Amino acid sequence: MAMKVLLKKVTITAERLLRDELIEMIKRHGATGWTVTAVEGEGSRGNRTSDFEGRNSQIDTIVSKETASAIMEEVAEKYFADWSIITYAVDVEVLRGEKYVGGN
Amino acid sequence: MNLLADNLISPVVLCFALGIVARWIKSDLSIPEPIYQGLSIYLLLAIGLKGGAALAVTPFTEILAPAGMTFVLGCVTAVSAFYLMKHFGRLSRENASAVAAHYGSVSVVTFLAATEAVKRTGMSYEGFLPALVAVLEVPGIIVALLFASGGGAQSGRAGGGWKKALHEVITGKSIVLLVGGLIIGAACGPAKLADVAPFFVTAFKGALCIFLLELGLIAGKRLADVGKAGWRLIALGCFLPVFHGTLGVGGAILAGMSPGGAVIFGAMVGSASYIAAPAAVRIALPKANPGYYLTLSLGITFPFNLAFGIPLLQKIAKLFHSWQ
Repeated sequence: MAMKVLLKKVTITAERLLRDELIEMIKRHGATGWTVTAVEGEGSRGNRTSDFEGRNSQIDTIVSKETASAIMEEVAEKYFADWSIITYAVDVEVLRGEKYVGGN
Repeated sequence: MNLLADNLISPVVLCFALGIVARWIKSDLSIPEPIYQGLSIYLLLAIGLKGGAALAVTPFTEILAPAGMTFVLGCVTAVSAFYLMKHFGRLSRENASAVAAHYGSVSVVTFLAATEAVKRTGMSYEGFLPALVAVLEVPGIIVALLFASGGGAQSGRAGGGWKKALHEVITGKSIVLLVGGLIIGAACGPAKLADVAPFFVTAFKGALCIFLLELGLIAGKRLADVGKAGWRLIALGCFLPVFHGTLGVGGAILAGMSPGGAVIFGAMVGSASYIAAPAAVRIALPKANPGYYLTLSLGITFPFNLAFGIPLLQKIAKLFHSWQ
């Protein structure tokens, strides 16, 4: 049986316009991969820029605990004030743990 | 009055109205995202190709004056919108410049609706107008954003600010498809484009109707917020298209364009962008409230132009022309 490793899954749900720069940001922090899903929802702000931009983007990435904290801090510092964005992290058990922490 | 009724009872305007009604009665009607994204690509490319084919047979000197006038009016309308929004509309510097970026830029669908209205009256117009749409798209946004940075308002550091906003406008799909279509159309000329005409020309109006249905659905959502904007902003949302539109009609006639072309040009200048500008503004001025700029451009000015602005500009163009 392969070894299970405890890591963090960070989820960022944000306006579509931020998609590319958020992906750039998580990679800069050392994330080795990501998954983006187009999602719908409603939040406290209730006001997105443009319906033409399409649905919101939800970005998931599996990283080490330290990287997860660094990513979440940057999201809070840069985007919380002006953008529709949320972020949270959960513990995940993964196989092949080294796959997710390569960049760091 | 006849002109007004004739303008209102057209497939394009009525499809827009149907979208608003569908939103209002909470219908489950929605145009799937890939379909309206696909339709907007189709419409932009078709406009570009058609304009490009006209460019191929128009002497360069004939376009020079109208293109110069387009650039000047693109800047002037951003300035007038900024000061009116700031002083009469009582918006903050940041919100006023965000709104000004929309009025300085152009709404492609308003251009199309005006073209259809002019066609129906049998007036002729210049085929190179789509090239002017591309010219009008960008300068107003830049001028308006300068107002925000000039006042020391914090630009969007988080969103990458200026550079990213400019990149968004210039490489956005509307400019890429319009300019790309113009180049392809100009390179191929009318004869070669005849091959693709069944797809890009014959089906065009039908596709426009479906796109307007979607716009009606989105505008219907924004209409609900119009009441919150207050009477000053509502008044400006109706005054600016008439004011800028009149400047546009006058400018077009000065630049030597036909009365039909002047109506379309006026509608372009009087329109407010709601696709290219919002994305750029959101990035450059994240602190500006989208509630103001989207409600004004999509909830007030676009429907106003569709219903009243275009027929009014037809009257004004006739008047100006008779003075010549």
